[in-house]
Amino acid sequence: MKAGQQTKSSKEVADEITSLSKDIYTSILHKKSPSLNIPIRALQNVSYDPKVGYFELIGKEKLRTLTASTVKTFAQTLKMMSLSKELVQQDDIATKREAYYVSKNWGDARFDEQPDSDNVMDDIEAMMMVNREQLGFIPEEKGGDIAGKLIVIDHDRETGKELRIDCTKFGSGAYSVPISVEHLQFETDAEFILAIETAGMFQRLVKHNYWKKANCILVSMGGVPTRACRRFIRRLSEERKIPVYAFVDGDFYGWMNIYRTLKVGSGNAAHINKYFCVPHAKFFGITAQDIVDYKLPTHPLKEVDIKRGKDALKNDPFVQQYKEWQKAINDLMKMGKRAEQQALAAWGLNYVIEKYLPEKLSNPKTWLP
Amino acid sequence: MAQKTLTDVGNEQGESAGKREADRIKSKAHEMAQKQQEISVAAFFEKNRHLLGFDNKRKALLTTVKEAVDNSLDACEEAGILPEIHVEMIQMDEERFRIIVEDNGPGIVKNQIPKVFGKLLYGSKFFTLRQSRGQQGIGISAAVMYAQLTTGRPAKITSKIHPNEPAHYYELHINTQKNMPEIVKEESKEWAKEHGTRVELDLEAIYQKGSQSVDQYLKQTAIVNPHVTLVYTNPKAEQIIFARATDSLPQQPKEIKPHPYGVELGMFINMLKMTQYRTLQQFLCSDFSRVGPGTAKEICQHASVLPSTPPKDISREMAERLTKAIKVTKIIAPATDCVVPISEMLLEKGLKKEINAEFYTAVSRPPEVYRGNPFVIECALAYGGEQSAEESVTIYRFANRVPLLYQQSACATYKAIIDTNWRSYGLSQSASSLPIGPVTVAIHMASVWVPFTSESKEAIAHYPEIIKEIKLALQECGRRLYSYLSKKQRVGYELKKRGYIEKYIPHVAEALKGLLGLKDSDREKIEAALKEILEKTRGEVEDIDFKPEKNVEYDETFAKIGKEEKKESAEGSEDGEGEGI
Repeated sequence: MKAGQQTKSSKEVADEITSLSKDIYTSILHKKSPSLNIPIRALQNVSYDPKVGYFELIGKEKLRTLTASTVKTFAQTLKMMSLSKELVQQDDIATKREAYYVSKNWGDARFDEQPDSDNVMDDIEAMMMVNREQLGFIPEEKGGDIAGKLIVIDHDRETGKELRIDCTKFGSGAYSVPISVEHLQFETDAEFILAIETAGMFQRLVKHNYWKKANCILVSMGGVPTRACRRFIRRLSEERKIPVYAFVDGDFYGWMNIYRTLKVGSGNAAHINKYFCVPHAKFFGITAQDIVDYKLPTHPLKEVDIKRGKDALKNDPFVQQYKEWQKAINDLMKMGKRAEQQALAAWGLNYVIEKYLPEKLSNPKTWLP
Repeated sequence: MAQKTLTDVGNEQGESAGKREADRIKSKAHEMAQKQQEISVAAFFEKNRHLLGFDNKRKALLTTVKEAVDNSLDACEEAGILPEIHVEMIQMDEERFRIIVEDNGPGIVKNQIPKVFGKLLYGSKFFTLRQSRGQQGIGISAAVMYAQLTTGRPAKITSKIHPNEPAHYYELHINTQKNMPEIVKEESKEWAKEHGTRVELDLEAIYQKGSQSVDQYLKQTAIVNPHVTLVYTNPKAEQIIFARATDSLPQQPKEIKPHPYGVELGMFINMLKMTQYRTLQQFLCSDFSRVGPGTAKEICQHASVLPSTPPKDISREMAERLTKAIKVTKIIAPATDCVVPISEMLLEKGLKKEINAEFYTAVSRPPEVYRGNPFVIECALAYGGEQSAEESVTIYRFANRVPLLYQQSACATYKAIIDTNWRSYGLSQSASSLPIGPVTVAIHMASVWVPFTSESKEAIAHYPEIIKEIKLALQECGRRLYSYLSKKQRVGYELKKRGYIEKYIPHVAEALKGLLGLKDSDREKIEAALKEILEKTRGEVEDIDFKPEKNVEYDETFAKIGKEEKKESAEGSEDGEGEGI
């Protein structure tokens, strides 16, 4: 289960785009309705096998044939492929937002909102089974913040000289994960990586030099971890053989959207989960049991939370694989409550450092798979 | 006892007072008896002319033309002649008109002329049941009488029955007391026409255009009588010719005997008096339709009257029992082939000529029976096009091919329209009112006897059977309208979709051109191919957009006739009642 390098070269990508376009062209000239085969990007089209470790596509595809309801997206997909080919051939990049703005030149085929253009971009990715960076598109989002016992080896953009970035030396700040992490190398003797949901909790742990006490690397995911963040943790943990623990809010969003995506990837980007997941990550907290054990202050579950929980039980292959998770979700549903990481502060601001984290660390039985 | 008591005196006085009162009343009765005399029908209608459609000067003009034209049409059709009728109105004074109606009918036998035009209730149609315009022989003589009352001028009639015979010319008055014609002048004269009748009347009247005008009446007559040629000269001496659209006369309606279910006691007694048959059974079998010996015996049995009783021996009580017995006896419905509808095709064609709409439909119902009288309801509907969507639907009413222009809201057709739920057919309608929308509805009732609410024949009476049939016809039109509107919506939706697809075709082509480094000519090829693919996958779309020039039947000049003053007439009271003469 080695992370491995992503395989397609720029030329291969450009050639594949050309070949796809040729098929469409030929089909049109033969008076046949052209179509594009795009894997369905949703939980219904993924399976989970713990031995594989991540969500795999199970081959359901949607046929984007030229009809009234698809013609606009069809045109947009081709336009986007054209833009990608241009970028790849000229060794240039465009951010997702920039690509959205480029589309404003396309007349009626322009995108009205960026989520629309992101969606088409994801479709092309899935269709070609490549990462969007290979198509010349890069995200806007930050990759995540790192602090702790880690030296990242990067290169100076101008001179190409090796840069050694010591993540212990950012004071109250942090090292920012770059958008692409494939070229990075790591040096560390940390015992574990703690992937944290909120920047607030990360700040607290940095401020009190928790990484020093626990000899670890702290990662702030800032919500659902970006692909770069997932890839960074994956490479770091796999290459240096360090365990990864996720520390997120005690609710379905923290458990499924954040932790599950970190560990096995998402339904939406299943075609690239192979690279962008951390299959051996463990769930550290906050569990349903933690809420009871630590008598955490709670908020009632909202309707949207309950829906998310039910949805996970019904549709998420990851949850379906693990009885522990089913129990956890059912427990939380029964309690009708959720608790945030920072609720631990009810017992003192440093309770999390002095009591919670050490206790959890020493008691793997309280973790979830 | 010589002295009378006061009481006696009082009594005496009382007696004599009582006697005096009794005498007074008796002499009054004699006095009244002197005044009591037979009131002629003519005298009665003189006082009640509104019952005949002469309630105001404008309506009088229409009624006069209408009665004359209706008679002409009936006569022509009965004689199997394609009618050609000339109507001329000459303005003599501000409120005085000369109306001349001339037909090419069979003409009237010389000695009948005075009675036909100078005697009310003299006609050929009252005791027969046959689909015709005229019913009881009142109309034209009432017009003659009205003319006489308002101008004192006699009616001038010319009629000719054979090319080789001279025409007969009469000038007539009506003796309104006796209901008898008075011949003012009588002569034979040469007339170029082979046969026909010409009526000339001077009367007080007002000429106005609009929805209740002579113009409108003649136009609507032309719509439902496509076999008729009307030559109309209006008071401005403008001539309008409504040329016939077909050379085939409508099928000749058959005459039928009354059906027992439609006969009431009074008429039954009358028929008993008039019959030539010797026994009740013979009378029942021969003077009624659908009565055989079995049915006749059953009726007699129910009434406890012997079938062999001579009709003249039937008492009033027996007659009453018999009419009651008829009601409880099962008698098959009358034959319905005696009713001749206009036909869906001709009704729709007529509407097309008048209204430039985007959708037309017409329904002819199968014959039905009310009170023993067979009838047929026909209905045509025109939707959209140049009609206003904000106004109530326009209604054209016809009875035995005669347009009905007055008393719309008293008519069974009106009741049937407001009782129909038009909302489910895509029109808006508030409770118990006419639907709103760009719609014209034409309704025709053909029957051996159209039941009008009054002698002026303006509105059809509210028989449940009739209203039900009209509603069924309207509902069928409504369903077709709805399916048209749904189709229109679907097509509109489809066109929108296609437009949408076609909007993006150039972008697909442009993108492929960029991706594959194609030439402009290739791009055009792609666009053409994509359009073809689209046409193939989505199929043809019916073009149902309204195009004013699409309706080839539509005749703009024709449609305008009688409409110029529509606004003005809409403001006046609907039927022009209350204007008085």
